[in-house]
Amino acid sequence: MARVLVGVKRVIDYAVKIRVKPDKKGVVTDGVKHSMNPFDEIAVEEAVRMKEKKLVSEIIAVSCGPVQSQEVIRTALAMGVDKGIHVEVSGPEYETLQPIHVSKILAKIAQNEKVDLVIVGKQAIDDDSNQTAQMTAAVLDWPQATFASKIEKGDKELTVTREVDGGLETIKCKIPAVISADLRLNEPRYATLPNIMKAKKKPITKVTPKDLGVDISPRIEILSVEDPPVRQAGVILPDVDALVTKLKEGGHVP
Amino acid sequence: MFSKCSRQFTVQFSNQIKRLQSTLVIAEHNNESLTPITQNALAAAKKLGGDITVLVAGTKCGPAVEKLAKANGLKRVLVAENDAFKGFTAESLTTLVLATQKQFNFTHIVAGATAFGKALLPRVAAKLDSSPVTDVIGIKSADTFVRSIYAGNAIQTLVAKDPVKVLSVRGTSFEADNLEGGSAASEPAPAGSYATDLTSFVGQELSKSDRPELTSANVVVSGGRGLKSGDNFKLLYDLADKLNAAVGASRAAVDAGYVPNDMQVGQTGKIVAPDLYIAVGISGAIQHLAGMKDSKTIVAINKDPEAPIFQVSDYGLVADLFKAVPELTGKL
Repeated sequence: MARVLVGVKRVIDYAVKIRVKPDKKGVVTDGVKHSMNPFDEIAVEEAVRMKEKKLVSEIIAVSCGPVQSQEVIRTALAMGVDKGIHVEVSGPEYETLQPIHVSKILAKIAQNEKVDLVIVGKQAIDDDSNQTAQMTAAVLDWPQATFASKIEKGDKELTVTREVDGGLETIKCKIPAVISADLRLNEPRYATLPNIMKAKKKPITKVTPKDLGVDISPRIEILSVEDPPVRQAGVILPDVDALVTKLKEGGHVP
Repeated sequence: MFSKCSRQFTVQFSNQIKRLQSTLVIAEHNNESLTPITQNALAAAKKLGGDITVLVAGTKCGPAVEKLAKANGLKRVLVAENDAFKGFTAESLTTLVLATQKQFNFTHIVAGATAFGKALLPRVAAKLDSSPVTDVIGIKSADTFVRSIYAGNAIQTLVAKDPVKVLSVRGTSFEADNLEGGSAASEPAPAGSYATDLTSFVGQELSKSDRPELTSANVVVSGGRGLKSGDNFKLLYDLADKLNAAVGASRAAVDAGYVPNDMQVGQTGKIVAPDLYIAVGISGAIQHLAGMKDSKTIVAINKDPEAPIFQVSDYGLVADLFKAVPELTGKL
């Protein structure tokens, strides 16, 4: 039976209206509600469902980041993951930690733990990169099944439906493989209180990128982070006729 | 005087750098026609300065090559026609891009930020040990790029330090190259064995529509949960037909099964920036705004006067969409 590695990232909660720091070096994260990246919840859910179908024997969750990243590992454990690995990266190193670093870390752990599948979310909603799955697959020289909305696991291969621009496409890829989860792959479960309690007893191992032999020196220099341009306040029109007039004035309709 | 000298030196120096610079643009096509975002990617490549090479790979490259040959300012068009590229799998294409890179030593590799570009480029970048830059919205210099983070709620300017820059570019942020006035020579891409047994393409189910393509349409009409059913989207199709518009949707409408997911506009769907965006029955969640707030004119039709969409709309109509939309369609 297969062993699965899931990557989970702690990000600012999707519902929070973010604020740019006055020094324009980043966004305010202190005292802001964080949670598991929504796409990673979907990745965890898929792994847990595979285990429930007895296609998978063990699930390992990995998170790279400061000590608070253990909270999202705990959440994954409460959803049904068996054990966690926290790769500690904090301070300025975390500010410039990028998918290229994370993918090398995931690849190393995938090899160490002898996993057959790596499942991550298709993108993190903070940096919006959409790179980690593809890069992890490249480092491992494994096939990639990105933007998955349906996964059927066979013995030696996966049949994956992918969400592409014009609709859907289906591919088959050999196992071991790396998958990135799209929104419609599944509906993640809520962790129940008993499972949250049980998760406290599950093990989380702590390692550093150095232990794994991964260099995380910065590949980018962030020059600035700024607010996007603000749109001019618009007007509320009284009726459809007024809207038609405005559309004509704007040259949108003849 | 010294400053004059040093400026001259800088100009010369930067010209030299430009001469050394060369960009590979990976064309996106479907074996029958060139995907329009390739034209935006080409425009972005021209902003970088330096030579431009375009790579066309597929099972049938003729139509795309013919169009690209008309682009001006290209050094060459490389063609790789091979059954190995069936389904444009990232695994087979990465091997080709790496072989091409090995031969020509490009400083930049660029593609459009579509499902195709996003699947392929990071795989290529990892193989080159380069940290890619996704969904670039501005190019300040050959190594300084602008992109949006946090669903478009912050704009990040960064310097990429890797020797080879791998960039996917947001189509709506770069004017499409008009593919005119040039006569680029095409030549075969490096030969090699590109077939892979890692992945195989099985098939696809594409949504068919006579309307303009969503990401490049001048007018987009989008519906949300307020439409209440898939059948009611007909109201929007009628309006869209009057305006020669594409039809989009919010995540809520897609999740409720009203329309297929390739119509989703937003942070995780498509990013559009048409001249006119009409949001019907869409509240305006952060994630939806990320996909449409660069539209030139935004119209919102919603019965809830408190809906966040009215904070970004140029023209708002607080009304029942089931009355307002047919009335609007009738009056256009």
